Amino acid sequence: MAILITPQTKVLVQGITGSFGARHAQLSLAYGTQIVAGVTPGKGGQSFENKVPIFDTVSQAVKQTGATASAIFVPPPFAADAILEGIDAGLDLVVCITEGIPVRDMVKVKRAMEGKKTRLIGPNCPGVVTPGEGKDSHGGCRIGISPGYIHKKGNIGVVSRSGTLTYEAVWQLTCRGVGQSTCVGIGGDPVNGTSHLDVIKMFNDDPETHGIIMIGEIGGSAEEEAADWIRQHCKKPVAGFIAGTTAPPGRRMGHAGAIVSGGKGTAAAKIAAFKEAGIGIAVTPSEMADTLLKMM
Amino acid sequence: MNIHEYQARQLLSQFGVAFPPGDVCDKAETARAIATKLFAEGAKMVVVKSQVHSGGRGKGTFKNGFKGGVKLCKTADEVFEMASAMLGNVLVTKQTGAEGRLVSKLLVAHAPDIQKELYLAVLLDRANSRPLIMVSTEGGMDIEEVAEKTPEKIVKEYIDPAVGLYAYQARKLATGLGLTGDLIRQAAKLISGIFKTWWECDASLVEINPLCICKDNSGKPVLYAVDAKIGFDDNALYRHANIQAMRDLGEEAPLEIEASKFSLNYIKLDGNIACLVNGAGLAMATMDIIQHFGGMPANFLDVGGGASKEQVTAAFKIILQDPNVKGILVNIFGGIMDCNVIATGIVAAVKETGLKLPLVVRLEGNNVQAGKKTLSESGLELITGDTMADAAKKVVGAVKAAR
Repeated sequence: MAILITPQTKVLVQGITGSFGARHAQLSLAYGTQIVAGVTPGKGGQSFENKVPIFDTVSQAVKQTGATASAIFVPPPFAADAILEGIDAGLDLVVCITEGIPVRDMVKVKRAMEGKKTRLIGPNCPGVVTPGEGKDSHGGCRIGISPGYIHKKGNIGVVSRSGTLTYEAVWQLTCRGVGQSTCVGIGGDPVNGTSHLDVIKMFNDDPETHGIIMIGEIGGSAEEEAADWIRQHCKKPVAGFIAGTTAPPGRRMGHAGAIVSGGKGTAAAKIAAFKEAGIGIAVTPSEMADTLLKMM
Repeated sequence: MNIHEYQARQLLSQFGVAFPPGDVCDKAETARAIATKLFAEGAKMVVVKSQVHSGGRGKGTFKNGFKGGVKLCKTADEVFEMASAMLGNVLVTKQTGAEGRLVSKLLVAHAPDIQKELYLAVLLDRANSRPLIMVSTEGGMDIEEVAEKTPEKIVKEYIDPAVGLYAYQARKLATGLGLTGDLIRQAAKLISGIFKTWWECDASLVEINPLCICKDNSGKPVLYAVDAKIGFDDNALYRHANIQAMRDLGEEAPLEIEASKFSLNYIKLDGNIACLVNGAGLAMATMDIIQHFGGMPANFLDVGGGASKEQVTAAFKIILQDPNVKGILVNIFGGIMDCNVIATGIVAAVKETGLKLPLVVRLEGNNVQAGKKTLSESGLELITGDTMADAAKKVVGAVKAAR
């Protein structure tokens, strides 16, 4: 079953005519993903690559194509509005790739999402991939910017705040002949739509997922919350890695959310929480896949 | 982005937050003039405060031996004397590191008769994705220590972003601070102004420590923000030209300013193994794995997802300006980008910079075989690593061997 998306999921792309959005819409199409619509205000009626119709609004696109998920490639000043438009159109899933959205905008978005059915992944994330059956996992659903070919269809769930560390874990698995059910990048911002815990719960309920790699980093306490739940409820083996052991306190390490402030959010505290929860610790990022495979 | 105390006072004052009267200056003569005016208005004491982005200024020491970056004075002449000792000198505090910070501006302000010191901060509560106002009766102390040892002394109110701060929440916080009578009204006004500043200026933190109950010149109790610190959300600076104008490049590391010109995310650290990585998570993990194998990272450097040849060259030049660097680890997971393009960029950068230090390159991903071939045929003395662990071991080994 995988989680969040399947190869049948119909996806629309908000910001499909921008260079970043266009490039990745093309790559998703090439991967075999059902990209059924694009949205760029003012360009309704045109088409992308002569095959994907473009609409002025998300709600028009949803009505005409039956899209249930969206990928957002809209620049930061307009991204919060794009997310809210996707929620208003009743999408099941909105994946926001955009990096650099002001925190205040996301605080307002989170408040506006309360009680709504839409799930937001991101922002500032690589997106979601459910690998397909074909060569280099072709035929899967790819929403976002992950390289499709590194995946392989299988039974390991991967969840991470960081894009390149997700790729690293996925590639380690694929190189060992082990496939993935779904890979989810939840993003590196301090306010995001979906937490580690949300994804872990979905993996725990997904019969196709047999083991989980959870990658975290300094800042906040989302990893600790997930670990606490895993300790009490998770039926599946989980291996984890936390980035930022060497990061100096008070400095943002690239991601807006990756900061140790007021003594909170240290790698040491997160690793301790993982250990207490029985999560296998990858001592270095080179050992993420092996740590999980040893537990299975 | 952070700003100076005097700038935080200016910004907060616009939102109705009360401070003891005072002004900023960059000359000892002006400091004397400000003090003369304050004494004439009835001040009994005047404080001279060094304006650098650091806590612990009062306990700091200047490189010329003068002790204390914050001084209380009884006369305008004394203010002149202190200002002369501080201006143009480098203040070292426990937060600045040994290099310290040059003091080029001073805040000269009325030092009121303080009855009690309190604490107030507005910040983002990440767990709830909401603004949080936090107050404590333990002002002037390290709030982390208060949170640890006496968490019951911290009172919190979460703000609903759909409706903002209610007046009753401000009153609850005021009574939580043990305030009574007119001070409740004063505190509510001040809290409302501080929250507005946080919200409307896209701040990440507004901290008033201490917030003080003072006696004004007529002996009436009055609430003053005696010190103020503001940090901003960098993502939102594009919509605040007035705040961008407050940026003080003198407070930032020169190499970090240089890196930001090339959209490189660089943070200097104390070790001797430089790293150049794509992606923030992978960059942190690369620092960690260097330390794991017995080395020390010299920096955090994320060249981003779509690094160009120019960016890679700029990154090498920045890394090499750090005199501590004795070896370099390049770790690239080329997901979408072509590893061969990156390899070509590395070869060009090494040739252009005339690199003499050990360089270990670990490439993985799209078109990696062609990338490795480009590296091996370049004629350069670089070492390749197959995995992150392999590459990290090799760079640590090479640096130790070269010593």
